Amino acid sequence: MRQSEISNIMPKTIKLTKGLNIRLKGSAEKKISGLSSQQFAIKPTDFTGVFPRLQVKEGDGVKAGSPLFIDKYRENIIFTSPVSGTITEIKRGDKRLLLEVRIESDGKYEAIDFGKADPASMTRQEIAEKLLQSGVWTVIRQRPYAVIANPEQTPKAVHISAFDTAPLAPDYDFIVSGQGTYFQTGLDVLSRLSDGKVHLNVSKQTAAKEFLGARNVTINTFSGPHPAGNVGVQIHHIDPINKGDVVWFAGVQDVITIGRLFMEGIYDSSVTAALAGSEVTRPQYYKTRRGASISTMVKGNVNDENVRYISGNVLTGKQIRPDNFLGFYDSMVTVIPEGNYHEFLGWALPGFGKFSTSRAFFSWINPSKEYRLDTNLHGGERAYVMTGQFEKVLPMDIYPLQLIKAILTEDIDLMENLGIYEVEPEDFALCEFMDTSKTEIQTIIRKGLEIMRKEMS
Amino acid sequence: MKALRKQLDKIKPQFQKGGKFEKLHSTFDAFETFLFVPDKTTSHGSHIRDSIDMKRTMSLVVIAMIPALLFGIWNVGHQHFLSHGETVAFWDKVLYGLWKVLPIIVVSYVTGLAIEFAFAQIRHHEVNEGFLVSGMLIPLVVPPDIPLWMVSVATAFAVIIGKEVFGGTGMNILNPALTARAFLFFAYPAQISGDKVWIAEKADAFSGATPLAEAAAGIGAETVNFTHSFMEMFIGTIPGSIGETSTLAILIGAVILAFTGVGSLRIMVSVALGGIFMGGLLNLASVNAYMDVPFYYHLVMGGFAFGMVFMATDPVTASQTNKGKIIYGFLIGVMAVLIRVLNPAYPEGMMLAILLMNVFAPLIDHYVVEANIKRRLKRMKPAKA
Repeated sequence: MRQSEISNIMPKTIKLTKGLNIRLKGSAEKKISGLSSQQFAIKPTDFTGVFPRLQVKEGDGVKAGSPLFIDKYRENIIFTSPVSGTITEIKRGDKRLLLEVRIESDGKYEAIDFGKADPASMTRQEIAEKLLQSGVWTVIRQRPYAVIANPEQTPKAVHISAFDTAPLAPDYDFIVSGQGTYFQTGLDVLSRLSDGKVHLNVSKQTAAKEFLGARNVTINTFSGPHPAGNVGVQIHHIDPINKGDVVWFAGVQDVITIGRLFMEGIYDSSVTAALAGSEVTRPQYYKTRRGASISTMVKGNVNDENVRYISGNVLTGKQIRPDNFLGFYDSMVTVIPEGNYHEFLGWALPGFGKFSTSRAFFSWINPSKEYRLDTNLHGGERAYVMTGQFEKVLPMDIYPLQLIKAILTEDIDLMENLGIYEVEPEDFALCEFMDTSKTEIQTIIRKGLEIMRKEMS
Repeated sequence: MKALRKQLDKIKPQFQKGGKFEKLHSTFDAFETFLFVPDKTTSHGSHIRDSIDMKRTMSLVVIAMIPALLFGIWNVGHQHFLSHGETVAFWDKVLYGLWKVLPIIVVSYVTGLAIEFAFAQIRHHEVNEGFLVSGMLIPLVVPPDIPLWMVSVATAFAVIIGKEVFGGTGMNILNPALTARAFLFFAYPAQISGDKVWIAEKADAFSGATPLAEAAAGIGAETVNFTHSFMEMFIGTIPGSIGETSTLAILIGAVILAFTGVGSLRIMVSVALGGIFMGGLLNLASVNAYMDVPFYYHLVMGGFAFGMVFMATDPVTASQTNKGKIIYGFLIGVMAVLIRVLNPAYPEGMMLAILLMNVFAPLIDHYVVEANIKRRLKRMKPAKA
């Protein structure tokens, strides 16, 4: 218990003031229902930088933990099936890009036995081997570039963000409750993989003993608006990434998945996901699995036809169809109205009900209102004119506009100097949200990271 | 509105590629998006977006200029009748002012927008909203008696040479409205400086000197003799360019800009502090009557307040970093007062100070960003050791 005592003695709260909490209607009620999905899919597009090479064909039978595809350039990175059943479809897009490997569950959840194990008595090599073989390795990602971690490298630290500040985000205190032993085992595993510290970054408001009592980790406390829950922001304030550094990160449910692998010996793909958003009739939590179809979740639970389904949150998630699948790393599904309408003189109206971070609309009169925001762009794309906006929502010592322009001009040295290694598209989501010029900043940041990744490899 | 929308949707194909009026696509688009916020939805990245856009931003700046404009219209009439020794009703002054000012506004907008639309069409861009602001700024910084053809020429110069050659809104180095004014100042000095031009159709016998000119006369004299009190200069019942005389009306605009977050309060405050600092310094080291003019007079004389609120804050030509904005603003204030007092050939130091700092803004930003880069490199060193 000594470790936890030490970490509790120094609870230094890192207070962030920059950022923005967007108050949306339809947060999930703290109620969990089971969900029996039949259709599953693993989407290679969820894994940035992975070139999939298929290991199965349509009609093959698989178990939970059976390889579906591997990364062509890093063959030890294996992506495995979340359930047992049959491969029903291999879906490809333009230029034969592999979009989905669909699996129909047989409802038995038979799993390959990888063997129970105690991380404390294993070498780093053995631990990595077990994670790779079972496909659980894919839950561990690295910065820079926000891609799946390279097992050949040793990170300078591992970071776990134990809270999410994005709009309507699930409450990890609620999700982790009852999963404490798995979570702790997962942390123990991660601490064996890194020479440096494992940082568990918690919210100041958290009361979960699973987090506050965690052992073998350094607990850092954060307070402040979104993006305080972004792991990139946390890393920046605890131990920033310099050129050449590699830091790993994983989410709370990823740690639980790792824990289950070592305690049960199987790849258990269960996750708890929140269904939220203004268009959901009964927003709540569901017990589901990675890659599960959301159709059983949303059927009869959504108000309108003209809506957008998002795997993930409204700032960073991916648009999916109502019969599509939960993203591999996602813990929520959001449903918001589409904004495909024309608004007469919309830019000139007083705008009492229009959410804006500027006080350019009269909605500033009512600061605590919850909004039903739609997907309208609210304007056309322009050159960058306004300045000083992005700085208000990026709690990092980084010059956002300058970095964006460095990426647009593909100035590699400047990108590096301005801190491209420290960021991920999600850190710029709020900048994109509030951009008067309506540019696609997250896409730009991703482009910059890809340029750097190619340059450095 | 539905009928209008239907009509627009009906004629829209003719303006798209392959349509009859393909060449007028940007024009159609500008009018369509003016009438209706487009139905375009987010496709990548954040699924929801802030309601603010460039139209809203720019129209807020125009709204912020309205107090200065309205006061300017009245004051043009007021000064005119005052110079003739006539006492007339409030509305007569306003009518006279409208008769003088409206044509200038119309000429400025028509010239500028025509060029903007043409460039947008050539570049296949959407029409930028930037000129909505410039088109209003230009009339406010010229004297009421300026010939309309000059307004047109200056506007064309500003839009083409000041902005479009750099790539349009967002790419320009110099503030377009100030470029227009500087063009007038150097090309037609007789029409934009001296004592005669600041009152519309002034009676010859009446001295039409602005406080700045009176102060400049103090360089060789014992004392500066102001016709107007500090309070009159603050309220704005003095001769001068159409929109720049009333510091009070300009401050109302400043509040609108700062409160909505459209204009940078950081820049406005640092310009004021820079002016106060330099004015105070000159007071202390005074060797002539102009240098004796109390520092706070500089804030209400000439175009200082107008430049501070509406010109220095132009986000495209100002410094882009927060630290840079403080330095940029402060130096504008310092330079404006310095040029005014020490170089009587250029009574309007504010215009030159802002243009000068426009040129230096990227350099200031460069050093601010460079400091960030150094911090990042420094952080690395202990790890290497």
